Amino acid sequence: MPGEYAEGGRERLYRILRKEVFSPSVKLLEIEAPRVARKARAGQFVMLRVYERGERIPLTVADCDPERGSVTVVFMEVGKTTRMLGSLEEGAGILDFVGPLGNPTQIENFGRVACVGGGVGVACIYPICRALKQAGNEVVAVVGARTKELLFWEDRLREAADELLITTDDGSYVRKGFVTDVLREVAGREYPPDRVVAVGPLPMMRAVCGVTREFGLKTIVSLNPIMVDGIGMCGACRVTVGGETRFVCVEGPEFDGHQVDFAELAQRLQRYRAQEQEALTRYEAGCGGRC
Amino acid sequence: MQAGKKKKKIIPRRVPMACRDPRVRIRDFAEVTLGYTPEEAMAEAERCIQCKEAGCRQGCPVDVDIPAFIGLIRDGRFEEAAAKVQEQNLLPAVCGRVCPQENQCEKFCTMGKKHDPVAIGRLERFVGDFELARDREAPSVAPPTGKRVAVVGSGPGGLTCAADLARRGHAVTIFESLHKPGGVLTYGIPEFRLPKRVVQAEIDVLRRMGVRIECNVVVGRTVTIDELFDEGFEAVYIGTGAGSPLFPNLPGENMPGIKSASGFLTRVNLMHAYEFPEYDTPVLIGRRVVVLGGGNVAMDAARTALRLGAEDVRIVYRRTEAQMPARLEERHHAAEEGVRFQFLSVPVRYEADETGCIRQLECLCCELGEPDASGRRRPETVSGSEFMLDVDTVVIAIGQRPNPLIQATTAGLDTSRKGTIIADPATGATTRRGVFAGGDVVTGAATVILAMGAGRTAARTIDAHLRGETDPWSG
Repeated sequence: MPGEYAEGGRERLYRILRKEVFSPSVKLLEIEAPRVARKARAGQFVMLRVYERGERIPLTVADCDPERGSVTVVFMEVGKTTRMLGSLEEGAGILDFVGPLGNPTQIENFGRVACVGGGVGVACIYPICRALKQAGNEVVAVVGARTKELLFWEDRLREAADELLITTDDGSYVRKGFVTDVLREVAGREYPPDRVVAVGPLPMMRAVCGVTREFGLKTIVSLNPIMVDGIGMCGACRVTVGGETRFVCVEGPEFDGHQVDFAELAQRLQRYRAQEQEALTRYEAGCGGRC
Repeated sequence: MQAGKKKKKIIPRRVPMACRDPRVRIRDFAEVTLGYTPEEAMAEAERCIQCKEAGCRQGCPVDVDIPAFIGLIRDGRFEEAAAKVQEQNLLPAVCGRVCPQENQCEKFCTMGKKHDPVAIGRLERFVGDFELARDREAPSVAPPTGKRVAVVGSGPGGLTCAADLARRGHAVTIFESLHKPGGVLTYGIPEFRLPKRVVQAEIDVLRRMGVRIECNVVVGRTVTIDELFDEGFEAVYIGTGAGSPLFPNLPGENMPGIKSASGFLTRVNLMHAYEFPEYDTPVLIGRRVVVLGGGNVAMDAARTALRLGAEDVRIVYRRTEAQMPARLEERHHAAEEGVRFQFLSVPVRYEADETGCIRQLECLCCELGEPDASGRRRPETVSGSEFMLDVDTVVIAIGQRPNPLIQATTAGLDTSRKGTIIADPATGATTRRGVFAGGDVVTGAATVILAMGAGRTAARTIDAHLRGETDPWSG
């Protein structure tokens, strides 16, 4: 079993079964983790650690296959850890992979739901769309990317949702603009969504909440703060929701977007920026993970 | 005193233990205390007057035969001394370092009535280290019973319970949520107080006894208690500790620069942030640090902050020095290293700088009033006594409560209002059939040795239960 502790190290790693490269910086890994695969639901996340000196990072579950015993994650290479992760090939392994963590997305028949995904948040939106559609909802997927080459899973989303609307910031694909532009149109329709779920970069989720507040639409966002353990120990992921402090890892990651103090969260996310940059610079300087 | 036998000579002062110079040790994370040499250990053991009615033993939560092992040290029979301790305590190198001996065994030492009590903790550490150095064999285990037990959490309680069950021939699997076993010994207590090689060596002994350890399993999320029974485990011991940090709930608490001690210590100990950038996890500390709280965790956080380069580290505690729950030795070491103490003070408000990060902490002075539920005099704030402290970082170490995940996902497991699991202290049995619990998850944050005692008690009941000898849930 991966994760089994042996003297002086581990007996087995969590093996990479499949890798897909969506763009030079956006990659998919399907990782062997049978226990996690059996339990993971839409909206939950995992914590992983690539190697012995590595940090633990949270990634949202994009898909899982209980039969194959695998969990799929999609990530953008932004720092040292994601860069290292992206450099691994099929057959290689990572040291630690734990989950599923956080609470699953609330899945009920709400009627009509708009799922908004930005950047790699598109991967997190996919299982949510699928589960909501299965529960009888009419699902509108609104996805956006900076540019065409960063977009992925169009086919899967088309299948999982009743309607798929795409935007690119630079207009290189379908239409130019932001997800909020499209969402504003969807919200203004004769039959607007009964609920909105948004997953993506913090500024996007904040902007989505700005739009839905105008239209009075209940909005769920999936927060991505700094975490150390992911299981309720560190308190680094605390966020103010409706004036109260909540731990994203245990009580989230999804909250009512209209209650979230985004300014505070944005500030907390910046906390280790200099150190993150230092680690990346050293990594890129060619000393790999060993320096 | 038997007739004709020479009266034992009283040696009033204990043999000092070598310690690294405070000015040197605050520059690194290497261990502060160096332990006794064999000669020093034998000299200290000589001080024990071998009481017939040994009070020290009653002060020990796991009932180590203290006079016997000290007698063996005195005679230079170290291997036998180690074996004697290990009859009751599998983690002597750990307990010798982290137990609050002054409130336990040493508190009841007859020598302590007039002189220094015998340094029982240091002697225990001596035999523990002696064993680790000679690559000892694992204790023998009984023939397999064919029964499987799941232990949730690999802290001191879980390790003790697992070892006792393995000795009785049961097949034990420990499930650990983090990527390294040891619980608070690994993520909480710093390297300079409890080197991780010591923890590692103790855990390796367990593995040699046939105990399996599966890391990265969060019981309550990855697998539930019910699913563990479905996997074929016939009993479950929950020793998940108290790892969820408490906050004082003051205005501005989520601004950058305010962190929980558990988060801070986990970054440093488990993730090796003190070795950034050789390790990838960073930690920020700044120049001026205030630690809120008066327990061992507060001392660990303050001393860690110093070692990370903070210049001014201050502990703000609402009661007085005499009422601090931290071990005497830690208080002493912290003061030696330059940690300052601000007693009879409580924080009331945080103030941010122009970038939104913490800049000042406002406090109020206290005076002691009537005794509270804990028997200690309650600190009461003095109006108009506000004062400001300049800070870059505030570390909150006012306590932890149990992680709620298992309680929330297990039907029939009763809990208290504080989120602790209800278990019979005499057996470890919870309200759910086949499920036992002990340590901080039952008592709230306490000590390593109390968790070990609870693990041992539960192991005894689990063994009897699996053999069909007792049923804690009948009637």
